[in-house]
Amino acid sequence: MESMTTSVVTELRKTALNAVHRRLGAKMVNFGGWDMPVEYPATGGLVAEHKAVRNGVGVFDVSHMGDIRILAGRVAGGALAAVQHLSMNDAAKLAIGQAHYSALLYPSGTFVDDVVVHRLGEDDFLLVINAGTREKDIRWVRENTGGLDCVVEDLSDVYTQLAIQGPRAANVLLKLTDANLAPIRNYWFTHGNVCGLPNTLIARTGYTGEDGFEIYVPSDAATSAAVWDAVMEAGREFGILPCGLGARNTLRLEAKMALYGHEISDTINVWEAGLERYAKFDKPEFIGREALLAAKAAGITRTLVGLEMTDRGIGRDGYACCADSGSAVGVITSGSPSPTLGKNIALAYVSPAMSAIGTTIFVEIRGQRVKAKVVSTPFYKRVRKTLAA
Amino acid sequence: MAYPTQYRYTKEHEWVDVHEDVATIGITDYAQHELGDVVFAELPKVGAAVTAGKSFGTVESVKAVSEIFAPAGGEVLEANPDLQATPEKINTDPHGAAWLIKIKLNNPAELAGLMDAAGYEAYIAEKNKEASA
Repeated sequence: MESMTTSVVTELRKTALNAVHRRLGAKMVNFGGWDMPVEYPATGGLVAEHKAVRNGVGVFDVSHMGDIRILAGRVAGGALAAVQHLSMNDAAKLAIGQAHYSALLYPSGTFVDDVVVHRLGEDDFLLVINAGTREKDIRWVRENTGGLDCVVEDLSDVYTQLAIQGPRAANVLLKLTDANLAPIRNYWFTHGNVCGLPNTLIARTGYTGEDGFEIYVPSDAATSAAVWDAVMEAGREFGILPCGLGARNTLRLEAKMALYGHEISDTINVWEAGLERYAKFDKPEFIGREALLAAKAAGITRTLVGLEMTDRGIGRDGYACCADSGSAVGVITSGSPSPTLGKNIALAYVSPAMSAIGTTIFVEIRGQRVKAKVVSTPFYKRVRKTLAA
Repeated sequence: MAYPTQYRYTKEHEWVDVHEDVATIGITDYAQHELGDVVFAELPKVGAAVTAGKSFGTVESVKAVSEIFAPAGGEVLEANPDLQATPEKINTDPHGAAWLIKIKLNNPAELAGLMDAAGYEAYIAEKNKEASA
């Protein structure tokens, strides 16, 4: 079989927890130029990690992600104006302490990146962005706010970001903070003392489709390791597992969450990706607005659907899709076995004519056509529970 | 896990157990560990031809597809029937119950260049050293 080892690590970027992951025996992989854990075989590996998040709690080091703060300039309102110009969602609707999912678009209506916008203050915003697009996003933000009265700070290296995810995530965090988590609903955040660290951002956000929190602590190695260890210790009674990028991908795929470079990219627009609910056209202006309206009027030619393989075989990223006749109808953007569902699932761009639920689509797997069907998404939806106090 | 001394091994982490002109082929413990939990194996049909150095199937984990390469050419006599229902056997018993195929060899001499168990163990020790460098 082909070798899977990655031997050259010297040029890869590392998070502050790199030594911790290696000490835990993590299988490491190059993800967008970062030396990251894909799974931890010593504690069960990908499937065990995935199940821990769905049934209990898992913790992820997501420090490779980036953080851009946009603050007021000399005149109040400049930061909000900047965010409203850059981001397709309506930041004016955010209360202080609230976050939302959005995207930065090119003038053509395609994606620079997806982003979670947090309103820290009246005129103070934190944008959490993808690891692979850090430098591009910062340049984009600076270039497009040059004439606006705001201050842009790249805080990407300032934080170690941990995602504590699963139905027991709140139980774990409550042991580590005196912050009142009860009023912090999904996509809201607060600041509080976490592991003795004052004023720590605690956001009820995540990329797994489960309840969970992301905490942002100082990025020095000692503090980061101490917090990681505290989380693992607090989670021990709930069966917490360290979780890598492998489980991160299977979890977000089941929840139908987009991954940059797959479901969204600089050649895909908001309608195609099915993310129009996050684009607020009653905002008079945002980059990409006019192109999106024009694209809608011209007609959308491909649409993102969920697939479930119905014959034996795993449709994976980049595999072609065709109709029974053999004519090409699209391509899989992300495909994988689903540990929760016990089926092989995928997201794919297909022509609108092939997008109805139940449509049979064939996936080309190493020269064979394997049957799949269009299914509704998300593939998995968690049972909503109230916070265990 | 020990590497059976009567087997021969390829650089691509397959093992071969030869008796006269019949070869049983599987993947090694090192290979299954690299792969992670195996969820799927695609094997050729009985009667299919395999060619030395060419892929004859795949073993897949959640994350990865690994092609399996034939160490020698021949005709498939059997494909392991258990692996469709229980592919995880490849993780738990890669050298025994989770053999992949048995072939009738066209030319047993094609196996001459393969490593013995000691040679394979040295080969993967070197790989492990590279990986942690």
